[in-house]
Amino acid sequence: MAESRILYCHCAYAKVVPEETKEQVLERLADSGVAFEAVADLCEMSARKDPALKRLAEGGALKVAACYPRAVRWLFQSADANLNGNSEILNMRDSKAGEVCRALLGEEGKVEESVA
Amino acid sequence: MSEEESSVLEKPSVRVVLYEGVGGRALESGRRRELLSTLLKAGYPVSRVSTGGELAPADDSPLIVLGDFADEQLPSAEVAGTKGRVAFHDVNGDDASTLVERVENFREEVSGREAKEWLPWFPVIDYDRCTHCMQCLSFCLFGVYGVDEEQQIQAQNLDKCKTNCPACSRVCPEVAIMFPKYHSGPANGDEVKDEDVHREAMKIDISALLGGDIYSKLRERREVAKERFSRERDEKKALSERKRCLSKLTKEMDVPPEVLASLPSPDEIKRRAEEAARKASEASMAKRRRDFEGDYSEN
Repeated sequence: MAESRILYCHCAYAKVVPEETKEQVLERLADSGVAFEAVADLCEMSARKDPALKRLAEGGALKVAACYPRAVRWLFQSADANLNGNSEILNMRDSKAGEVCRALLGEEGKVEESVA
Repeated sequence: MSEEESSVLEKPSVRVVLYEGVGGRALESGRRRELLSTLLKAGYPVSRVSTGGELAPADDSPLIVLGDFADEQLPSAEVAGTKGRVAFHDVNGDDASTLVERVENFREEVSGREAKEWLPWFPVIDYDRCTHCMQCLSFCLFGVYGVDEEQQIQAQNLDKCKTNCPACSRVCPEVAIMFPKYHSGPANGDEVKDEDVHREAMKIDISALLGGDIYSKLRERREVAKERFSRERDEKKALSERKRCLSKLTKEMDVPPEVLASLPSPDEIKRRAEEAARKASEASMAKRRRDFEGDYSEN
């Protein structure tokens, strides 16, 4: 079972995260039995300075499945929400679904690399 | 910012809770996946509650709790911390698209208006790299950038940014501007390498062509080729020069043609460039003054 809270970004308004990767990560999270937060698009929330970003960033370790860590960090920052040092950002643009799921969920997050 | 423009960014947030905790039955795997995917594609944040794992605490945003509620035991614990409006809905009998409609109806009910689509394309500043040189403020003709009360650069009018235009990130000498939805690095947020800094800095001359210096370029050319241009009208020459610059911008800075087509008239460009240059100059002076005062107080 994951110790950190989990946040998944669906990057709904662009096709920069491979569709296959984000769908597989979402499916694996959905099947895992673990509670998690999923947002449609972190960029959109950041632009609106959505207070939910503050809520998500506060309160202990957070694992974020989204895109490049530098971008994610400053997206939170521009919404006046600071990711704390315990946060881990997993890049679905560059990593395979299996790697992301393992980092999010540990061994139970393992998925077939051949389809990732 | 006008009322029409601001409404795009003021879309109220409604949080959907997909409840499978105590008092709710677990959904069938395929149904859970479909619901999650459909709600996210429709733009809603979803908190999946189950008996395992931990979620962030509740906030004040309105909540709609979806679940298969066994024996009508509603999950009051989950919503205990929220001050926002809460609605519950049993998912039995509704397919995913009907449930999204219900969420949308709830959102309209609490916000009193329809959602406006906006593709979230805007600059994100990496303040670890930014030196507040104001190059971006001087360059952007659409008024995206501004300064805060301490004269520090900010991306302020995000909905004025032109979709798919990364030009300001290409003129930033510190490679501090990101567009997270851009196709390639480092503007997409990927790591910045030494060679990126050199490559980006070289673009500054091109940016100057668009930001008002077009007229000084014209004057220089006029001196050199007085005879050739003498029979042409100024406006025609300006237009031709502008086209030349714009074509260069399209090729070298990846500015989409539709953004270039939406540029204001040459006079308006000049006015905006002067206004931006004035703001940038004021901000730079204020920064120098602050730096000087800081140095002075240290000594």
